[in-house]
Amino acid sequence: MTAKKNLIVIGNGMVGHKFLELMVSSDAAKHWNLITFCEEPRVAYDRVNLSGFFSGKTAGDLSLVAPGFYQENGIQIYIGDKAVAINREHKIVSSANGLEVPYDKIVLATGSYPFVPSIKGKDATGTFVYRTIDDLEAMLDYAKNCQTGVVIGGGLLGLECANALQNMGLKTHVVEFASRLMPVQVDEIGGAILRSKIEELGVSVHTSKSTTEIVSEDGKVTKMLFADGSELATDMIVFSAGIRPRDEIARSSGIEVGERGGIVINDSCQTSDPDIYAIGECALYQNRIYGLVAPGYTMASVAADILSRAADCRQDAPSTTSTFTGADMSTKLKLLGVDVASFGDPFPKSGDAKEIVVADTFQGIYKKLVLNQDGSRILGGILVGDASAYGTLLQFMQNEIALPPHPEDLLMPPREGGAVAGFGVDSLPDSAQICSCNNVTKGQICEAIRDRNLTDVASVKKCTQAGTGCGGCVPLVTDIFKAEMKKAGFAVKNHLCEHFEYSRQELYHLVRSQEIKTFEELIERHGKGKGCEICKPTVSSMLASTWNDHILEKSHVALQDTNDYFLANIQRDGTYSVVPRIPGGEITPDKLIVLGEVARDFGLYTKITGGQRIDLFGARVDQLPHIWRRLIDAGFESGHAYGKALRTVKSCVGSTWCRFGVQDSTSLAIEVELRYRGLRSPHKLKSAVSGCTRECAEAQSKDFGIIATENGWNLYVCGNGGIKPQHAVLLATDIDKETLIKYIDRFLVFYIRTADRLERTATWLNKLEGGIEYLKQVIIEDSLGICAELEGQMEHLVNTYQCEWKTTIEDPHKVQRFQHFVNSDLPDPSIVRVAERGQTRPANEHEKALAGVSE
Amino acid sequence: MVQSLSVSDTVTTWVDVCSLHAIAPYTGVCALVKGEQVAIFRVGNGQEVYALSNYDPFSKAFVLSRGIVGDRNGTLKVASPIYKQNFSLTTGQCLDDETVKIPTFAVRVVADRVQVAVS
Repeated sequence: MTAKKNLIVIGNGMVGHKFLELMVSSDAAKHWNLITFCEEPRVAYDRVNLSGFFSGKTAGDLSLVAPGFYQENGIQIYIGDKAVAINREHKIVSSANGLEVPYDKIVLATGSYPFVPSIKGKDATGTFVYRTIDDLEAMLDYAKNCQTGVVIGGGLLGLECANALQNMGLKTHVVEFASRLMPVQVDEIGGAILRSKIEELGVSVHTSKSTTEIVSEDGKVTKMLFADGSELATDMIVFSAGIRPRDEIARSSGIEVGERGGIVINDSCQTSDPDIYAIGECALYQNRIYGLVAPGYTMASVAADILSRAADCRQDAPSTTSTFTGADMSTKLKLLGVDVASFGDPFPKSGDAKEIVVADTFQGIYKKLVLNQDGSRILGGILVGDASAYGTLLQFMQNEIALPPHPEDLLMPPREGGAVAGFGVDSLPDSAQICSCNNVTKGQICEAIRDRNLTDVASVKKCTQAGTGCGGCVPLVTDIFKAEMKKAGFAVKNHLCEHFEYSRQELYHLVRSQEIKTFEELIERHGKGKGCEICKPTVSSMLASTWNDHILEKSHVALQDTNDYFLANIQRDGTYSVVPRIPGGEITPDKLIVLGEVARDFGLYTKITGGQRIDLFGARVDQLPHIWRRLIDAGFESGHAYGKALRTVKSCVGSTWCRFGVQDSTSLAIEVELRYRGLRSPHKLKSAVSGCTRECAEAQSKDFGIIATENGWNLYVCGNGGIKPQHAVLLATDIDKETLIKYIDRFLVFYIRTADRLERTATWLNKLEGGIEYLKQVIIEDSLGICAELEGQMEHLVNTYQCEWKTTIEDPHKVQRFQHFVNSDLPDPSIVRVAERGQTRPANEHEKALAGVSE
Repeated sequence: MVQSLSVSDTVTTWVDVCSLHAIAPYTGVCALVKGEQVAIFRVGNGQEVYALSNYDPFSKAFVLSRGIVGDRNGTLKVASPIYKQNFSLTTGQCLDDETVKIPTFAVRVVADRVQVAVS
């Protein structure tokens, strides 16, 4: 066996690290001594998400290197040491610290540096670049004494940097030399819309501005002067005017570089010296620098492929066809909260190309598609304000999928009740690249799902790396996953869990039609096994919304999730929060005082919730009955904040106080909240009533919302949507209160009977065949003839309501469980609190360690 | 469940914890046994009981006794009330992460009293 050869990777950024990972996974490390120089004091980190550093991410969070990666794989890494010269004659790399390491091959992954235009005063104190964690730390430190910040450069990185300055609380300006923002990716109209969206966020944008001088006073930046004679006062300046390849080591060792910089490479990522490769932003391929991470990763994989094979064969000429042939510069970003995407060639040069443009300056949405002459293929496009179609459009383009007859539909939001125009993932070839950050194809994803029996999207991401870069392809990965599951015969199964071979809807029907009153009876007749944390709470909810027994009845108690079991919300340290009902958000001064007293006496942390109520946090299990007793005595009752139940009905003050209110929204909100209090449903429910169309109660973002009109009430349903927000849809207009209540009764029971477990109303409506039109037929026109029955069920539930807290504390057997230890009166000794902003919160692990509490 | 006698039983002390009726069928309670938090679960209406550590290694809170008891493919288990990881009642093995296992305790019912073994 011949001795291992030395392979030196110069640069430990994202691309250099990706190369090492690929070498390790290809087993090539057996044939090579892998050595890498890392100039920065920290190993490779995620530069793409660098701005996350300002929203709380730590250097550790951003690290790309798994702990022990270098040690376990035998990679020699020199951290904080920069490779400074390559002696090609004797094949030795020397470093700033004086190391001299012989090499057989080198991979240059030196990346790029931020370009700082030669402006007078550019080196003044208070000027920064935006590239490394050190840069960010310096900015953070300096910004503490600043009010205003300017970013020079309105490209991708500049806007990202503006976001960072905004996050630091600075009045932020962006200065761009070109006539629009993101001049490389976006056209004039798109740039204008992007600008107005960004200005709405409080960032001032100055385009067509050429900076001539940076003025300092007392050694610190104070203002900038522009060529047009104007000036701008600022406390700090960040340059983000583009990048330049770091090619100095190549240059000084006689390797060919481009006229305007960049290490020239061929299709194999080889430089003019065949033993030296270059990848990433330092490399110049066909006179082009690729300033995105995805092309850098592609180069890394080409180089790794060639070098690992070269080692195997112990020869230099690779027997492979792995080549770099350029890369797609498509990109999708969320800049300052605004979606921006650009793909393919959005600036067609040939006169044959056709364009479809949707420009909605009112909502700040701009979408442009560039098509070939006969309109059958996508060549490129731009999306500003709403980039949800990016994944689909990119696939159409990359895979040259023929467009549907009305390609404009691809740019439009789905019509009401209709499906999103698009394509099935089935139409994609296996070779379709799904994740461009990590170069994962559809075929690889499907293979991983099949071969490794993956059963959730998280494992797909873990196994294939797809979706772990920018995350833009996750919806597509999810679609592929679902399609594969369906093919494997999984998706058709809607069984609740392994204990019941029925869907929730089917079980609900069985419970009602066979008058089943307990879980035991249901599992005996229609299921198997002993149940689990999925079926037990689900069945409990169905029983509650059908028969409405107290949920802590002996036969139901073991079914309850901990929140329902203790009638409070479990928090991360195992204590609970207590939320009494405050119907419509209206509360008397006396009751407010009681809440304060209870919180003070039991040492609880108080917070106004998002739903106009007051949350009392940090109650130990043993304190709960005592807290409830005090609250009940003061006239409060359970707010059901713990259950999958009706939570809150928010309201504005309406005509009682407001000069615009046209109806009494507070009275109606209280009435609605009291009518449906405690109602168990597949998912928690929220509602709101607004007294006029100004919509101060935000009723259109609720599961059901009511807005006053001059003539009565408008009823909206199925809003919210959770992490994918969705507006409620108008169900009925100008109806009187009796009709309103009737429709809500019907709507809620219909939802409860037919929705899936933990399915929100928004998702339920999205899946409902026929959509809102069908729902209107059922609820308003009684097309199924079940309305009387739906109303009857609601009437029963309303009439059998009881305050679960009150019933519980009145029953000594039920109270017995509220002890932390069954054999001791001691409270849980593991609970540790620390003070913050005048209250206490759970200690974190670090603080617990300091306090000497361990497991 | 009554533990069969074994050699080590000669040095085992059984600590009386509570009445069997203090544990509702298919629920758990937490007992303080020699300074340790022990979660005791009752499966069914009879005398079938199991004991695990009450400490949930995922949430780092002492809460397992408050989880929902059930089975997965016949393996008796409890689901943590915080992030829902499942643990075998018989072995303490986490069923969702093979690298995690929590301590178990011998437990028995004698004359309607629940007892936990300490060594």
